Amino acid sequence: MEIAVVGLSHKTAPVEIREKVAFAPDILHEVAKSVRGLDHVREAVILSTCNRVEVYAAVRSREDGIEALIGYIAQYHEIPIEELRPHIYVFIGVDAVRHVFRVASSLDSMVVGEPQILGQVKDAYEKAQQGSATAHVLNRFMHKAFSTAKRVRTETRIAQSAVSVSFAAVELARKIFGELTGRTVMVIGAGEMCELAATHLVENGISSVMVTNRTYARAEKLAEQFSGKAVHFDAFSKHLDEVDIIISSTGAPGHVLHAADVQAAMKQRRQKPMFLIDIAVPRDIDPAINSLDNVYLYDVDDLQGIVEVNKKERAKEAEKAEEIVRQEVDSFLKWLKMLDVTPTIRQLREQFDGIRRSELDKTLKVMGDNLSKKELKSLEAMTQAIVNKILHQPTICLKALADESDADLSLDSVRRVFGLPEADVIDEEE
Amino acid sequence: MDLWLLRIAIIVYLIATASQLAFLVTLKVPLRKLAAWVTWGAFVIHTALLLTRLFAGGYAPMATLHEAYSFFGWCTLGLYLVLQLRYSIPSLGAFATPLALILLLGAAVTPGEIIELPPALQSGWLPIHVGLLFIGNAAFGIAAVAGFMYLIQERQLKKKKLGLLFHRLPNIEVLDEIGYRCLTIGFPFLTLGIITGAAWAQEAWGTYWSWDPKETWSLITWFIYAALLHGRMTVGWRGRKAALWAIGGFACVLFTFLGVNYVLPLILPNVQSLHIYG
Repeated sequence: MEIAVVGLSHKTAPVEIREKVAFAPDILHEVAKSVRGLDHVREAVILSTCNRVEVYAAVRSREDGIEALIGYIAQYHEIPIEELRPHIYVFIGVDAVRHVFRVASSLDSMVVGEPQILGQVKDAYEKAQQGSATAHVLNRFMHKAFSTAKRVRTETRIAQSAVSVSFAAVELARKIFGELTGRTVMVIGAGEMCELAATHLVENGISSVMVTNRTYARAEKLAEQFSGKAVHFDAFSKHLDEVDIIISSTGAPGHVLHAADVQAAMKQRRQKPMFLIDIAVPRDIDPAINSLDNVYLYDVDDLQGIVEVNKKERAKEAEKAEEIVRQEVDSFLKWLKMLDVTPTIRQLREQFDGIRRSELDKTLKVMGDNLSKKELKSLEAMTQAIVNKILHQPTICLKALADESDADLSLDSVRRVFGLPEADVIDEEE
Repeated sequence: MDLWLLRIAIIVYLIATASQLAFLVTLKVPLRKLAAWVTWGAFVIHTALLLTRLFAGGYAPMATLHEAYSFFGWCTLGLYLVLQLRYSIPSLGAFATPLALILLLGAAVTPGEIIELPPALQSGWLPIHVGLLFIGNAAFGIAAVAGFMYLIQERQLKKKKLGLLFHRLPNIEVLDEIGYRCLTIGFPFLTLGIITGAAWAQEAWGTYWSWDPKETWSLITWFIYAALLHGRMTVGWRGRKAALWAIGGFACVLFTFLGVNYVLPLILPNVQSLHIYG
């Protein structure tokens, strides 16, 4: 049994291709089910996001399995296979395992360390389970992918530092206020930048939004979007004491927020901290405000500076993450290899033990009544020991076989020699 | 027995501090768990040490400088553990356990014999007066630790230089809250400690207050914390200012505890404190 990955991503395919081969989320379980039904394919998981479409499969034969998968994707989306092939990447065995672990750990993402991908992989797995397209190999495989991702997240700082300006703002807000629930944000200017930053804050728990803009109607419109409150531009400084965070991005040529206003507001709010984000150029907020106690003012360059530092940091952390992935890949492959030989070892044991039992029973039928309990016990122990001794060397040999490339051939010989029934993969519970 | 326990306690304190610091540096989850367990272990062993001395000496082990150090350290570690249950701030331990360790080391370098309790100290006031004060002192100690952490974090936010500690330290709001919480714990204990001290003085020396250096300095400490509490409750002091006051206040606590006996005589040789730990 081997793990195979067939797919395409933002690295190999432009969006025109990606959107053509994307699978709708509500039918993913059915797709996974029919992929599982393909020849040479034993189990399947389908991941379909806006940046990548990938099929993870446990296949019985490498080449045939992969061709079946590519053929399926082409056929399903009615794309000529030749058109698809240049964008497709294929991974097999150790490369496939490493690829999936890296994807789940967000090491293969467009923004390395972005947290959404793990959730998407988990979704994909759940859908596959709904379509009963997974069994013990992929079950184990996917769980290993999740635990690898978790290790990467807890043992490296790859996902902790913000690499976009608006995430940097959220991160800073968290270090100033802790939880953002119950906090109020005021948005000065109703432009796109403000909207984006406010959206991030609301997604991260900010509960109330106030919007002000020179054109009141636009303020009202944006406020409505966040079920917030619009405030008239000439009166917004009266509300400063109510807000914890201010995002400002107006087109004004000079400052719209002055130190004296903030100072007065701080007094009214009894010095509760205030976080001001000035994303306008030229700047909206008087830089002198940063020197007020308990007030933290960041302009666009400050945020950009943090983002740059974080990006460098992330690259360093990614190296640590790759090492974790390497360890986890090794440990999974060890398990997978053993999977090929374990059924044989088990059947061999069962067969020998069966023989032992039946022969022992025969003997006991003849002379069992004359034997004491102690003698029965030692007879039992002796036969058991014989079986163990005989099987000791073959077991070691079979386990060693797991590491060899032509294990299948040798395994077949062993099975033939001992007359073991043709073993398909036996579904073992973990 | 108690000296053996003291040695074990010091070793466990060292391991606790080291693992707390190692966690702060590496952020490895197993280290955090190890640190938590060892720190609790240190507290249990220290508790056993205090109980052993209590039964061996037959008096509350707060009568010598050694015992005062030890009890102070025990209160500090205990209060840290309680706060940790409430706030669970992983990095707090790396700053709080060193303080407890230093206090225990103070005990280690001072004569540790169990003494024959002098008549002046044979009073029910001893455990009450000293106990109250050191619980209060421990709260002020943790407040100073939180204040120190606040200043580091606040400086990074203000200067916009987010160093390695930025991600490791918690948000400044919760640090400010811990500082405030510890102040509201410490201040009543300090107040009651001074009152019971006055009552004891009346009983033992026939006067409530004699402007002895120790008394004067404890009053100065009391005024500092009273001002800070007032500022926080009514004026809206917080953040950096409150953190600086908390650190300054704790410096005064330490001076009252040690400086009055060790530093002051060097400057004013003819002023001697009547109080213990001299």
